[in-house]
Amino acid sequence: MFGFLKKSPGEHPAPATPTDIASAKPAPAPSWRDRLKAGLARTRAQFGGKLKSIFSRGKVDDELLEELETLLLTSDVGMEATQHLLHELKTRAKGDQLETPEAIQKALSDALHELLHPLEKALDVSTHRPFIIMIAGVNGAGKTTSIGKLAKYFQAHGKSVLLAAGDTFRAAAREQLQVWGERNNIAVIAQESGDPAAVIFDAIAAAKARGIDIVLADTAGRLPTQLHLMEEIAKVRRVIQKADPSGPHETLLVLDANIGQNALQQVKSFDKAINITGLVLTKLDGTAKGGIVAAIARQCPKPIRFIGVGEGIDDLRPFNARDFVDALFE
Amino acid sequence: MLDNLTQRLGRVMKTLRGEARLTEDNIADALREVRLALLEADVALPAVKEFIAAVKAQAVGEEVMGSLSPGQALIGVVHRELTKIMGEAHSGLNLATQPPAIILMAGLQGAGKTTTVGKLAKLLRDTQKKKVLVVSCDIYRPAAIEQLKTVAGQAGAEFFPSTPTEKPVDIARNAVDWAKRHYFDVLLVDTAGRLAIDEPMMREIAELHAALNPIETLFVVDAMLGQDAVNTAKAFNVALPLTGIILTKLDGDSRGGAALSVRHVTGRPIKYAGVGEKISGLEPFHPERMASRILGMGDVLSLIEDAKKGIDEQKAVEFARKLKSGKSFDLNDFKEQIGQMRKMGGLSSMMDKLPAQFAQAAGQMQPGAEDKAVGRIEGIINSMTPAERARPELLKASRKRRIATGAGVQVQEVNRLLKQFEQTQKMMKQFAKGGMAKLMRGMKGMLPGMH
Repeated sequence: MFGFLKKSPGEHPAPATPTDIASAKPAPAPSWRDRLKAGLARTRAQFGGKLKSIFSRGKVDDELLEELETLLLTSDVGMEATQHLLHELKTRAKGDQLETPEAIQKALSDALHELLHPLEKALDVSTHRPFIIMIAGVNGAGKTTSIGKLAKYFQAHGKSVLLAAGDTFRAAAREQLQVWGERNNIAVIAQESGDPAAVIFDAIAAAKARGIDIVLADTAGRLPTQLHLMEEIAKVRRVIQKADPSGPHETLLVLDANIGQNALQQVKSFDKAINITGLVLTKLDGTAKGGIVAAIARQCPKPIRFIGVGEGIDDLRPFNARDFVDALFE
Repeated sequence: MLDNLTQRLGRVMKTLRGEARLTEDNIADALREVRLALLEADVALPAVKEFIAAVKAQAVGEEVMGSLSPGQALIGVVHRELTKIMGEAHSGLNLATQPPAIILMAGLQGAGKTTTVGKLAKLLRDTQKKKVLVVSCDIYRPAAIEQLKTVAGQAGAEFFPSTPTEKPVDIARNAVDWAKRHYFDVLLVDTAGRLAIDEPMMREIAELHAALNPIETLFVVDAMLGQDAVNTAKAFNVALPLTGIILTKLDGDSRGGAALSVRHVTGRPIKYAGVGEKISGLEPFHPERMASRILGMGDVLSLIEDAKKGIDEQKAVEFARKLKSGKSFDLNDFKEQIGQMRKMGGLSSMMDKLPAQFAQAAGQMQPGAEDKAVGRIEGIINSMTPAERARPELLKASRKRRIATGAGVQVQEVNRLLKQFEQTQKMMKQFAKGGMAKLMRGMKGMLPGMH
């Protein structure tokens, strides 16, 4: 959509304030694809390295399948998706005689790509103005940080952005967003205290008055088991609808890629409460595995709008299934 | 969702009925199920492998007791071993040093370090009457220092100010100095979240550790972590001499297998568990209960404890006397009971702690809606006159209409409440006749792992 994959980061450079975590490390990586690979380096080292030794067996037998099962499970792929991938591999092996390690690897990578491809749907923010994006997630998933990066991303694509400090619960969440706003010259609507829904309502009104393109609405982190908080976030969504009957135009769930099988539960619970339309997968640079993506694709498919593979502002980018799978296997 | 281990084993064990001993052959399939269950609970593979080996060694040759099925016997072994690995009993903080006792917190981004510092400060202040100073060395995340300041205020701890332009080591040294001169008992040092593979950041915290020489270095870890928990914990344990672990976000619905992984690689005790968003939400970690949770057997002990906390003992005694004296159970008592239930955290929180098979059965009635219904019942009873509450038989059509209007509900709901009340009344009569013992006997058979 934006053709970002071809762009070098130089076209929309990150600010270089000394305290900025984004620039705490130099960003020499020439292209996003390289950066994705670098971000997933650990994933690949773990996953790809072991795959090679498994595939070197050269034929799809029980032993290979069992080792592969273990590997997939330890990558947070989960039982269901693992069985699916193994089944796919077996069927392919029967159909077209997989006898070289390369052929087996290709079959698995194709199966994985087929599984993940439906999740690759870029976010089109040009359909409404202001385009209201609501952001939700459990505590510590990286919501506020992602909002900062998203704001930067949209700005770089020539959109005006407004942030709504809807996390009125956690200490200094508002300040965290305000600092982000100041650094990147983005207006932040916040209130001294009070109701998240009210803050976001105000922000939408302000965005309309100022002719802003995109509103990013932060919310407090909550666990799906905290039913009163899940009800509160459902209310936030209803209030957004009141402020703009067509909104929210996107409800993003921020998922920490380090989280295990509970991620599925998070998607399901938040979907029930606020009808999730897209996912942001963060912290993929730290985790050795992004396998949870496959589990999500099998059990509660939602478009993955963005993935974060580093601390830099430019390290949050749209999800591309082919790149993701290639980065795992190369 | 996830089948709990008991159910899974039930299926495999059908073939084993009637065997008197567990042998290597007859538990092979079952152990595979245990392995899968643990993996699904996010326990890391190396930890799973070692654990399975230990269970196998323990289980083979174990005699199956008369009343148990082989599956139950195996679960008994699994539970016992799991508890053993998690550390047998709760171990607290070591503060036995010349004050100030310095506690350094470390962990990934978003693990909950700052929140935990606040909770820990509150706990030390409230339960051990310590004078606590907190300081933030997180100069990276925007407003992290501000966050700690707010949290410290909530916890009633003193906050040592720092700014993002200072170096973490300098901040920490100054804080120690201040703590010494002002006679603080404990100094809690919050740090920035960092990835274990981020070498400069890991070096920074190692330097911080060297400068502070803390008596406790706590690794804060999210209970929801997946398979990677084991790598993260290993890296932190190498970089820092950890002394303990704090598990956060344990009130979520994850199985918490990360607890086992982290414990497995570091060998350090899990000292506390963070639950809920309140500043008081830090609890001593109980290995046995965590074992039950990972296995999907529920946390019955915590439920009982909640019940003890929530129920006003005097009222309970009074209530018992009333029952015994043969006085009838009226709507006032009914309301009282509902209030007690609320104090225990509402139905939804109770259901979280039930073993999976009960929670599943109970899950059909939608916990959130149920809590709402309870509020409504209270509303209806509040709309009655004292006389009506004491003698529900007074309630006829006209009174019911008035009550319904008062509570803002339909008359049918008033009727439904009265029916519920009648059933409860009947149950209470049985209790009074000594049915309690019978009831408990019935329940015991239903709870696995309680023998």
